[in-house]
Amino acid sequence: MSDTAQAGAPAADAIPVTVLTGYLGAGKTTLLNRILSGDHGKRYAVIVNEFGEIGIDNDLIVESDEEIYEMNNGCVCCTVRGDLVRVVEGLTRRKGRFDAIIVETTGLADPVPVAQTFFMDEDVRAKTRLDAVVALVDAKHLPQRLKDSKEAEDQIAFADVVLVNKTDLVTAEELARVEATVRAINPHAVIHRTSRAAIDLDRVLDRGAFDLKRVLESDPDFIAEAEHAHDDHVCGPDCDHDHHHHGHDHHAHAHDHHGHGHDHHGHGHGHGHGHGHHDHGYAAMAPIHDVTVTSVSLRGGELDQGKFFPWIQALTQEQGPSILRLKGIIAFPNDDDRYVVQGVHMIIEGDHQRPWRADEKRESRLVFIGRELDREALEAGFAACAARPRADA
Amino acid sequence: MPTIAPYAFDEFAMAAGFVRDQPAFAIADGTIRLPTAGNRTVQAHSGGLLAAVFDEANGRLVTGGEDGRVCATGVDGEARELASIGRKWVSAVAAGPRDAVAFASGRSAYVLSGGKVKELTHSRTVEGVALAPKGLRLAIARYDGASLFFPATDSPPTGLEWKGAHIGVAFSPDGRFLVTAMQENALHGWRLEDGKHMRMTGYPAKVKSWSWAAKGKFLATSGAPAAILWPFSGKDGPMNKAPLELGTRGDTMVTSVACHPAEDMLAIGYADGMILAARFADGREAVMRRGGEGAVTTMGWDKAGARLAFGAETGEAGIIDLAG
Repeated sequence: MSDTAQAGAPAADAIPVTVLTGYLGAGKTTLLNRILSGDHGKRYAVIVNEFGEIGIDNDLIVESDEEIYEMNNGCVCCTVRGDLVRVVEGLTRRKGRFDAIIVETTGLADPVPVAQTFFMDEDVRAKTRLDAVVALVDAKHLPQRLKDSKEAEDQIAFADVVLVNKTDLVTAEELARVEATVRAINPHAVIHRTSRAAIDLDRVLDRGAFDLKRVLESDPDFIAEAEHAHDDHVCGPDCDHDHHHHGHDHHAHAHDHHGHGHDHHGHGHGHGHGHGHHDHGYAAMAPIHDVTVTSVSLRGGELDQGKFFPWIQALTQEQGPSILRLKGIIAFPNDDDRYVVQGVHMIIEGDHQRPWRADEKRESRLVFIGRELDREALEAGFAACAARPRADA
Repeated sequence: MPTIAPYAFDEFAMAAGFVRDQPAFAIADGTIRLPTAGNRTVQAHSGGLLAAVFDEANGRLVTGGEDGRVCATGVDGEARELASIGRKWVSAVAAGPRDAVAFASGRSAYVLSGGKVKELTHSRTVEGVALAPKGLRLAIARYDGASLFFPATDSPPTGLEWKGAHIGVAFSPDGRFLVTAMQENALHGWRLEDGKHMRMTGYPAKVKSWSWAAKGKFLATSGAPAAILWPFSGKDGPMNKAPLELGTRGDTMVTSVACHPAEDMLAIGYADGMILAARFADGREAVMRRGGEGAVTTMGWDKAGARLAFGAETGEAGIIDLAG
């Protein structure tokens, strides 16, 4: 791991929470068993919908009925998992009993209420920190899942880490298509290829994906852009994901590094879209149809604080239901620190992260993943926040 | 000046009070501590203890745990198992008239009465349970309201609807009102005779502790920098009335309340461990405990109202003797 990860170390007593999503049969139970039986010296409390197939006797496995509560604040997207509020409260009363919490969701679960629980409930928020949402995808069955349900797509769109699992059951071409589809739905997730959910646990646990100190640090799309000038070095310091053109494949499963026809630069996305912004046309690129999630990536120079905050607040208030995730790093004039923001639907939080380094370009980046995002309006709104006319416009 | 006999139980204190005039504490580690009754530590639950309520009439402390068991512990230091439902957490317990006990796990509420267990299933999670002061009547808190059951009969439940997640429930001592605590920092109430609504809002935090004043005059609650006391003596309850605010402090929150069993006063516990006594009539305060390492989570008076048992999230606990 890089120095940035250490710089963003969380408060010592906040318990990290990892959310595991994925369709029935995608391999969640296999991964859970690996986590619970791994030789890592850590104790995990696991919240599951049913004890089911976890063949490990552990008194920290808690069964909980998924219970989605709409908050009484007039916002339909402000939902929490009521059962998690209760179970997490019960678990965290006892200090030192375990090191981290893993929440396994049902195959059809919407990951949003799970994530929002860790931001909207004050008690839960005080005791825990959401670490990352990890989605497992069945490489063989993803195309069918995407046809059947919106949930499969939501799970990928919302994830920080996607495990494309069961790679041993598909051909190289099928795998490439599945991976390109995942990338099309969510260009910002770290993707790993796995077979039988075999993965180094430090790639799925302790990711700090919701940690403002680490926002976008492991986002492959962002890093690809930030490091664009370096051309060959696409990874950034925090890289540990499958970079095909780097060939440092960490997994036992061998695959063709060059035969996929896509990489982190070469999505064919719209540089030169005519806006002067970097503009991804991913949805159009999805090799499998039935994809309704899009992402919008915005980039500009320094922003005016007095314009940016009212804009982003109004935007998330009005369009919160369409926004699954948003993340950004913002440069403000006369501010030595990078300002980072992240959001889930209508919930948005921001903070100063660290000083801009002398060799860093002071630019602002904001990415949205969602449905029915109005790309042009987002671009126009973002551009209108500019502190001064764009030098590169 | 009151004196304090302090105890250190290491883990979160779930309930502090008295059983047959002996102090008793339910601790989140699954134990019941009886510091004067032979200084016993009773392992009532394996895994954690999740819910506890004093059943004064029957001289026992009723608890529910992660081990799916409901136990009753008396001063003899014996934890008797009242029910066991397997691996599911027992998340709420309540005690009622005669020997009735209610508890909740997942989407089921259970009532134990006269040696029989009755399971009442619901389509949503049963977040809280309460037994009416008279008769055998169960109330559950749930999403979008509360439901009332007569468990001795098979009659369908009466629904009391109010949008939102209701996470705790209590009857008023006269049985005329039902009050719920909500996920969104508010209480809701119904007058049972006509279902009339009472909204009790304005809290900056969730209400986690409440206590009825002697004769049900007020419902005292935590969840604000002061103890908030809603008047329930009139026919309409707190409708269109402002609550009393007692023990206001600018720098911390009230986390626990316990009304005196006879006098018009209450004990107020705070997030910084302080405990004050405050009088309803004039708001006069007296310091009972200066502070501690963590938030006061539970308090309970003895029958005579001479001693107050308290416990904190850090496991700090004690008995405050008013006579000194």
